Order: sequence, then C-alpha cells, then structure tokens
Amino acid sequence: MPDRSKQDVWTKPAAMAIPEGGFFKDKLEQGRYGPIFPKTPACYGFSIIAKIIPGREPVFYEYAKNIEKAVAGQPDVLAVLKLHYLRWNLFDINGETYFQYMGIFDTDFDKYTEDAVAIFAASGLNTVFENLEGFPKDWKTNAAAFIKFVRDHHRPSFLEYGEYPFVSADEIKKALQLKAAFSNMLDQMQ
Amino acid sequence: MLENEDIQHILLARTPALTGRYEFLSFRNAACGRAWLSAICEKAQSVAEVMASVEKDKRWVTLAFTWNGLRALGVDEGSLATFPEEFKQGMVARAEMLGDTGRNHPDNWVGGLARSDLHAIAILFARDATERSRCQVEHANLVARCEGVEVLSTLDLEATPPFDYAHDHFGYRDRLSQPVIEGTGEVPTPGTGAPLKPGEFILGYPDEDGPPANLPQPEILSRNGSYMAYRRLEEHVGKFRDFLREHGKTPAEQELIAAKLMGRWRSGAPLVLAPDKDDPALGADPHRNNDFNYKQMDPHGYAVPLGSHIRRMNPRDTAHNMNRRRMIRRGATYGPHLPEDAPEDGVERGIAAFVICASLIRQFEFAQNVWTNDRNFHELGNERDPIIGTHDGTLEFKIPKRPIRKKITGLPAFTTVKGGAYFFLPGIKALRHLATLNDVR
Repeated sequence: MPDRSKQDVWTKPAAMAIPEGGFFKDKLEQGRYGPIFPKTPACYGFSIIAKIIPGREPVFYEYAKNIEKAVAGQPDVLAVLKLHYLRWNLFDINGETYFQYMGIFDTDFDKYTEDAVAIFAASGLNTVFENLEGFPKDWKTNAAAFIKFVRDHHRPSFLEYGEYPFVSADEIKKALQLKAAFSNMLDQMQ
Repeated sequence: MLENEDIQHILLARTPALTGRYEFLSFRNAACGRAWLSAICEKAQSVAEVMASVEKDKRWVTLAFTWNGLRALGVDEGSLATFPEEFKQGMVARAEMLGDTGRNHPDNWVGGLARSDLHAIAILFARDATERSRCQVEHANLVARCEGVEVLSTLDLEATPPFDYAHDHFGYRDRLSQPVIEGTGEVPTPGTGAPLKPGEFILGYPDEDGPPANLPQPEILSRNGSYMAYRRLEEHVGKFRDFLREHGKTPAEQELIAAKLMGRWRSGAPLVLAPDKDDPALGADPHRNNDFNYKQMDPHGYAVPLGSHIRRMNPRDTAHNMNRRRMIRRGATYGPHLPEDAPEDGVERGIAAFVICASLIRQFEFAQNVWTNDRNFHELGNERDPIIGTHDGTLEFKIPKRPIRKKITGLPAFTTVKGGAYFFLPGIKALRHLATLNDVR
C-alpha cells in the first residue's frame, strides 16, 4: 500500500498487476464480510457479472431511466458509496443475456455495504438486481446474503491503471472547487 | 410493547452501582453448566424488576454466553447454526478486522478471554464494596457446588473519584450520548434524536428497516435477547498526561488538547457549544450537553476536530443511516485511580465496557472497523480514533485552526485492548429455557 500521506503520488501514473483470484496473499486485509479486494491506482472497485433472468431485458432499460431520474431529483442519493464512476452493460453469450456492473469508488465495498443495501431498498433502485439469476430474495433484510451474491459474482481485475493514481473523488471535487474559487477571485480583482 | 419482564435489565436500565465484578466462566460439561445456570438465573433481574425496585436493591446480575458457551450448555447444532456468522466466529477470529493487532492482539489478552472455552460471563453491579464481597462469596459457593464450572478469570470494577459523576481514568465525563428506544417512555434529551425502534437493540421487535428477520431459532431462545461486545481497554493515564504536558504549555492549553482529542471538555461540555473555554455547568446539564450537530454548526471541525473521538463514535448528521449504527454502552472503570500529581505506577486501569446491539456486524463491528480505525475517515488520510483507535506511533491528529491547523504527529496509543468477547444476552425466559435443556449428549 503506498504512503498516501505523500502529497505527490497523483502526479505519477501507475499500473498494478493483480494476482489470479484478485488478492495479494501476503497483504490480505480482512473486512467485515471477508477479505478486502486491494486498492489499486484506480482506487477500489468491482465488476459484477451475472446472467439475467431470460426475457427481463426491458426491465433494465426502464431501470436506467429510474436511476437517471433519482439522481437528478436527489444528486446526493448515492453519496454514501463514495463513487467515481459506475457503468452498466448488457451483453450476450451464446444467446443468453448477461449483466455487467462496474464501479470505481473510494472505499472498500464492505465498509458501507449495509448503507448500500439501504439505499437500494429505500430509493427503489432495487429492481435490476432482482432480475439476476440467483439473487437472494430476502436481500432487503439480509445484507450478508446480498454481499455474498456480490462477492460470488465479482470478477476481480488482473490489471488496473490510474493516470492520477489513488486520488479520491472528494479530493478531486475539492481541487475543482479551489480552482473555481481561485478563478473567481482573479476575476474579481480585474 | 416491550416485554420488560423478559428483557435483562442491562439493556434498558442504569443502576446506581459504584462497584462491581465480572466473572468469566467455562463449563466442562453441559449438565454442570445448566446446574449453575438453574441456580443463578433467578438472580438476573429483568427491566421490569429493576424499574420497580432499583431504589432498594443493592446488586444487579446479568448473564450472557458466547456461541461456544451456548453449545456447552447443550444447545443443538441446528439452533447454533441460526446465529449470525460474526457471533459464531467470536471476537478473537475477528481481531484483524476490528484492529486488534500489535499490542492489542488476542495473543496478549489477559484473563483467558481469548480462549475458545470462554463460555459465559456473570456481570455483577453492586451499590458498594460490602455488597460486592457478599455476592462474590455467594457466587464462589455456587461455583464450588457445581463441579465442572471453572472460573477463568474475574475483574473487579471500581468507580474513580470524584464519585458524583461517571467518568473514565483520563477524567472524561461518560454516559453522555445514549440512544433512546421507542416504547421505554424515556424522553430523548435535546440532540439525542428521535427514539429508535426496539429491534435495533432487542431481538424480536421491528427495527429501523422493518419487521424482525433472520432471528436465531428457536424463538424462545432469541426473543428479548441481544448481543454484547465486551471490551477491556487499558487506559495509559501517565502517558496521556505526559502527552498533554508535551503539547500544552499551560494547564489551560493542556485542557484544550484533551478536549480536542475527545470533542468535549473533560467536564462533558461539547466543543461545538463551548469552543474556547470549558463550561462545567453545560457539561453536567443533560438538557444542553448533547444538543448540537456538525453539518451546520461545525462542518470543518474548527470546534471538534474531524477525527476526534465523539465525531467518530457518533457522526450525527454527517453519516448515512445513523439509526442503523447506534449502540447502547454499559460498563465501568477498573483499577486504582492515579492521582493527578502521581507518576505512572504501571498498574493496569481502564474501562471494561459492553456495546449492546442487535447486530454485531452492522453496529459494533462497523463502528470499530470504519469509525474507529479507518485511517481515511472524513478524508483524514492518516488518522485513527485518538483515544481508542489502534496506534503504533506512526499516525497523526489534525486540529483545524485559523489561520493554520495544528498537526500532531506520532500520536501514541493511550489505550490497549486487554481482552474482549462476543456474548449473547438471552431474555429471562431464554435463560430458563437454557437451564432446562435436555441433555442430549
């Protein structure tokens, strides 16, 4: 783990090769729900890949509109997840449709997992997972089952790269705020 | 409606105890364990009993069991399997995630608390030392009658002077911020938040998310029960005072440093409401001493540093789903008081406390893993809880200040974990159920 107290880590692009299985065996860190996938130059993240229940494709497209609306209505709805980016894909293998959910975020998923489940439950963002095969029906009251599904379907990266490694979304937002404040100040001094 | 006659009192009632004793027990076979439990379980008072007679009672008893202890009493494997995974594993197996590493590692724990044959705890709170001695003898006689019940260790509890309010060995006022439970009739003091659903703390009731789910079976065993995380935390008073002297030139400066680490003056007065100068009257006033938030009143931590103890243990309006993370704290101090002018004497003293919650993984473990020991809590980068976090001298503590913040590097460990365990706190009927299980062996 790099020393994050060093202020200039972000200036040096970095890549990290990750062993098969997704963990560095000698640096394994335990989380509440099991070992934590390592932080890389591209921060924490997951790539969940699961088969959808046949015929459910339209639900996913409907879901996309719901998320768009939810975030527009309440921009901090996903704040607890400490995200940078999320990407959702549907793709097919041999005529069967699979779902991929990739996220890049600043905290290991275990840390806020119950909060994540709570967000999904409270904001009606749930539907899409319920259309995946094997998703636990009691997920709203069983965080352990939810996290097990996520872990079982996470395909860890074997390589990650960061152009500005290890920088958190909060730090980026703060830097942009500072830049804005500074330009504003310069404008006012004209 | 809370079934107060079936809930062990420790969950909901505070008792006027100045002393006490914990006894940690092991059962060599199920029959002897049940014989002990049959004899003692009538002494464990319910909430209803304590509410009715707390003024005249002199002692209060609480009984709880580890997962191995439930098995040792003869609970069948089918039932044992229905308990949550973290409780089954026990605190020792969860050590790394909890931050119990280095000096805090279970290998260094005392009192046999890291042993897998730790089965039960009998908690005694007593009004005075005479009553404690009487109970101690009575319990020793009971154990002597139950061949096969072994006392692994004991811990005597003592309040520290001055005795007119609860505080720890560092001098910080305690018992300031406790959640209030719906149905108890207790009115929350300002700043405490609305009463929480009982299921956050007591099994078998709706919680903040809805109806009860995934309860251990059979129902008679889990209903009105709860979980307790026990922590025996040594407080290094000499080191703490040296630190204050090192970082504060005057007594006033030293008090301010102590306050910044905690987020409250040692009197209990919160820095949000008394940022520059202690206000003991405010600290002692329950109607004012909890009445603050962070988002509006101190967003940048100029009063209460972002990494201070109370900001981590209860982030109030700066965390999500706070109602799912609350905990009830009980316990007491142990060891002799170290007078203000005395040098460190090397004698162990500290806090022996219980965190009570319906889900160890969601409440206690989350607080320990994220709030206490996440180095990057509030984007702090290289900090842990300055009072109870895991420290090896390489972390820092930042005190926001205008024009320039103060950064203390090489923060020492003011506390050391000397032991801990996960216990299940059964209801009164469940205690009787356990005492009368058929011996299947």
